[in-house]
This record gives sequence, C-alpha cells and structure tokens, in this order.
Amino acid sequence: MTESRFIRYLLLSVALLFLGLFLFVPLATVFTRALEKGGDVYWEAIRNPDTWSAIRLTVLASVIAVLLNLIFGVAAAWAIAKFDFIGKNILISLIDLPFAVSPVVSGLIYVLLFGLQGVWGPWLLEHNIKIIFAVPGIVLATTFVTFPFVARELIPLLQAQGTEEEEAAVVLGANGWQTFWKVTLPNMKWGLLYGLILTNARAMGEFGAVSVVSGHIRGETNTIPLHVEILYNEYNYAAAFAVASLLAALALVTLAIKSYVEWKSEL
Amino acid sequence: MKINPWASPLLIGAVALIFCSTLRAKEVQLLNVSYDPTREFYQDYNRAFTKYWKEKTGETVTVRQSHGGSGKQARSVIDGLEADVVTLALAYDIDAIAERGKLLGVKWQTQFPRNSAPYTSTIVFLVRKGNPKGVQDWDDLVKPGVSVITPNPKTSGGARWNYLAAWGFALKKYGNDAQKAKEFVRQLYKNVPVLDSGARGAMTTFAQRGIGDVFISWENEAYLASAELGKDKFEMVVPALSILAEPPVAVVEKVAQRHGTETVAKAYLEYLYSLEGQKIAAKHYYRPREKGAWASSPVSFAELKLFTVEEFGGWQKAHNTHFSDGGIFDQIYKP
Repeated sequence: MTESRFIRYLLLSVALLFLGLFLFVPLATVFTRALEKGGDVYWEAIRNPDTWSAIRLTVLASVIAVLLNLIFGVAAAWAIAKFDFIGKNILISLIDLPFAVSPVVSGLIYVLLFGLQGVWGPWLLEHNIKIIFAVPGIVLATTFVTFPFVARELIPLLQAQGTEEEEAAVVLGANGWQTFWKVTLPNMKWGLLYGLILTNARAMGEFGAVSVVSGHIRGETNTIPLHVEILYNEYNYAAAFAVASLLAALALVTLAIKSYVEWKSEL
Repeated sequence: MKINPWASPLLIGAVALIFCSTLRAKEVQLLNVSYDPTREFYQDYNRAFTKYWKEKTGETVTVRQSHGGSGKQARSVIDGLEADVVTLALAYDIDAIAERGKLLGVKWQTQFPRNSAPYTSTIVFLVRKGNPKGVQDWDDLVKPGVSVITPNPKTSGGARWNYLAAWGFALKKYGNDAQKAKEFVRQLYKNVPVLDSGARGAMTTFAQRGIGDVFISWENEAYLASAELGKDKFEMVVPALSILAEPPVAVVEKVAQRHGTETVAKAYLEYLYSLEGQKIAAKHYYRPREKGAWASSPVSFAELKLFTVEEFGGWQKAHNTHFSDGGIFDQIYKP
C-alpha cells in the first residue's frame, strides 16, 4: 500500500457512512417500525391467514423458479460454454433479455399472451385454463425475471475451465451423461449453488412483474411483496412493516447462505 | 456433490401437489373486484352477506376481494381477471368492461336501482389542523401559495370526481362560461405539486410525507384517514357545492354465467340496498341511499348542494371532453 493512512481511513469511512446511510438505517427502520406497536401486533400480522397464504405463494413460486432455472440454466450454460454452434451469440443475448427489460414489461408480455384480449386468451378460456391472475402466471413471471441468474453465473465459469477435462473423459470412454455427472457438474457445483441462491433471493422479492399478472386477489394471488403494499395502503403500517421485516429476514438468511457458499467454494 | 437422480422428479411431484391443493375449491366463491377506498367496507359487508346467505339458502359463500386503482382494476377484468361482480369508482370503468371486454351488456347501469349505485359519497377537502391557509371553498384552492394534492385524473377514478367537482363549481360561479371554467381548473392544477396515480398514494403523500396544504378527497376516504391517522392532525372542510359521487356496482354477466354464480352474485349486490347493507355502508362513511341508515354512521354528513355527472352529459361525454388523450385535462396540465 502506497496511500497514506489518511487516505485509507477517509475511503473506509466514506464507504461505511454510505453503507450505514443507505443500508443499515433503512433496514433498522423496517424492524423498529415493525415492532413499534409491540410483539402482539407483530405476531398477529404474521399469523394472519392472508399473510400465510402470501408466504406459501412466495415460497411456491420461488421453489418452482429455482427448479426451472436449475434445469434451463445448466442446459444453456453447458451448451454455450462447451459447444460451438450457429446462433450462440443470439442465445447469449436472449438469456440476458430479462435483465434488460423492465419487470413491468415482463409482466405485460404475459398479459398480452395469456390475457383475455391476448393471443391465446380465448383458447385458454375455452379450455378453462387459468394462467394470468392465477398461480401459474405468478410462477411464469417469477421464472422469467430470474432466468439469467444461473446461466450468467455458470457461463464464465465453464468457459474458464475449458473443455480439456471433458475431452479426457470422452477419450477414456465416458458417454455424454457420465461426462456431465462426473466431470462437469462437480466442477461447477459452487457456481451453480451461488446462482440458485441469487435466483431465490430475486424470486422472493420480485414486485413489478408479479404485480402486473397477480390480479391482487387477497389470500390467493398476493405474494409477500404485494401483501406488504396492500397492508401499507390500508394504513396498517405496523402490519406492513412486520411482513416486510419477514421478507428482510429471508433476505438476510439468503445472504448468510451466500456468504457460506462463497467461503466454502474458496477452500 | 452427488445428486440423486430421483430427487428432482420427486420434488416436481411435491410441487405439483401443492399446486393442485391451491387450485381446488368446493364451496361457492365470488370474486369482487373493487377500488381502493372500499377495502374496510367490503371486509365488513362480506361477513354480513355470508351470514345472510347461509341463513337464507344454507349455502356457504366465500367472497374474495381484489383492490386497486379503479381504472387499473377495470383493465384487469378486461384482460381476464375473473370477477363475478365489480364495484368500482365510476361508471366509465364499468362501461369500459362492457365495451372492450364485452363481458356485460352496455345497459348494465339499469341492472340495479338508483343508477346501480347503492351508496354515494362526495368530494371534500382535508386540511392540516387549524386550517392554517384558511381554506373554505373551491375558490381558495386557486389562490397563489396554496398547495393542493389530488391524484392524476388520467389514472385515478377519485381524481376524476375531484376534477369534475372543481369544474362544476367554476361553471356555476361564472354562469356556465366554459372558457372561464377551464381557466379556473388550470389555475387549480397549477397549485398541484405532484400527481399521484391513485387516491391512496395521494393520501400517503399528503398525510405521511406531509406535502400540500389541501387534499381533495372522497368524503368517505377523508373520514377514514382522520380516524386511522389521528383526528388531531387533520380537519375536514366541506365546500358549499360539490359533486354527488356515485360508485356503481355490476354483475359481470359472462364470468358469472361461466362460474354458475349469477344468482348469488345478483343477491350479493342486491343486499347492498337492504337496510343492513346500507347501515354497513354508512358505518364506513359512505352516504347510504336509504335515509333510515344515516344514523348508523359514526359521523353526521354535512348538508351541501350536490350536482351529478349528468351536468356533463354522463361519463362517456365527460371522458371524451376532459380525460381522453388531447382532451381538456391534457391541454391545461403541463408538468
């Protein structure tokens, strides 16, 4: 280090001040406002059936989004990193699409496709299949906005590892499946886990896209973030912050797992 | 890391099970798609109706609620949100469902008595304690230095009532001179620092963020906010003249037919006109049609002169003149 101590401390305090102001203070506010009216009000808000249904829906949507991303993300990353084919760059751009478009637009895409005035709306109605304003729409929207996380995490990792180990496996007589299970997967497991954790974090917190396709039916199509908004709009501030603190707690747990995975993967 | 190849199909199966259990529904269900300020009211009303229906028919009915800005809710129903009944802020939004969604007849407003509006409200002002700017009537809202909070009439049903109330006042004041009325409303919107997209958002701006001197509001919403947020913070000012806001209700025929819920949906809205329904409306600060229910309100509604949207030739005409793209609101409001 060539910088003087003064510069180092200055930079450090600027970073800490910034963190404190923009991260710790709001986070602390959420928890203090949640407990403002006492523990009873807090538990009442958490135990409310509508809150429970929001939690169930959020967990369901996140689990499905994580599973689908596990399958598609690994398939896409494997194809892109280990093989050459025409249109590879287009595929990479397409994977990034959900990052580029606003979540509200992501939601609207599904309304335009599956809505009653949309492309497949009348057919779906005829066959009594509900997609938007129901659970499947929320799952779809969540999966869409989280799509890039796993693939984006894995592609650079797999590319850096190259194809030598796989080639060696093939030379030694392994078939495609064996190569994947025994060589590729063990090499990317930490990256994959990291991608899935990010997917989960985003899936649980998603607001925009889900808000468009939800229909806001209480106790049925409200996820935790939507439920927080509803409670807030009902002047029910203590309950809104209580449920928000739950979401914040989930985020903190995710963060802890993420740190653990990072630490483990560096060993 | 070893992954058991059987794990993922099992997981998917488990998830599918959860899926099915959330989709399963046995008893009679109604979905009431409504606008923002009615949340508390319908929570109460649904309980009363469920009890009434159980006693009358033995059937258990569950009413589910969806709330949001009136225009946005109408849009959702058009896009396929399966509402058995809609209870929205203004007739124009139900007209839209009838015209663009073709989900109910265009003559829907004759389904129920009194323009299908079982309860009414009006537009009043909420000011800060002690009324520091001395606001008494619409005239005071155009004075320089008075900051007015009202949501965007392009997106909010409540804001349209606000706008038309101001316009109607100006017409009376200037002897039906539309040019002068336009100038008056232009002055008023010059005093609006921020246009929120919905009534609840605007209320938060005024009450929580402390912006503005006057909040133009539904009367029921003003009472509710005073009760919820502290009577010591705000005062209500009732102008001498305002608009009779008639939030209408309708059965969404096509959806109810498909669900087989026509009878119960109709009964659900009819019960709003019963003395019991009217009393619940009064309790939540709506002005019931039935004068006998007025005493059930925790507040005494002020007497004031009211005009209806018919002054503007009905909602379709009012919309085309004032709120359509390039209409009068677009001409006078330049952010």
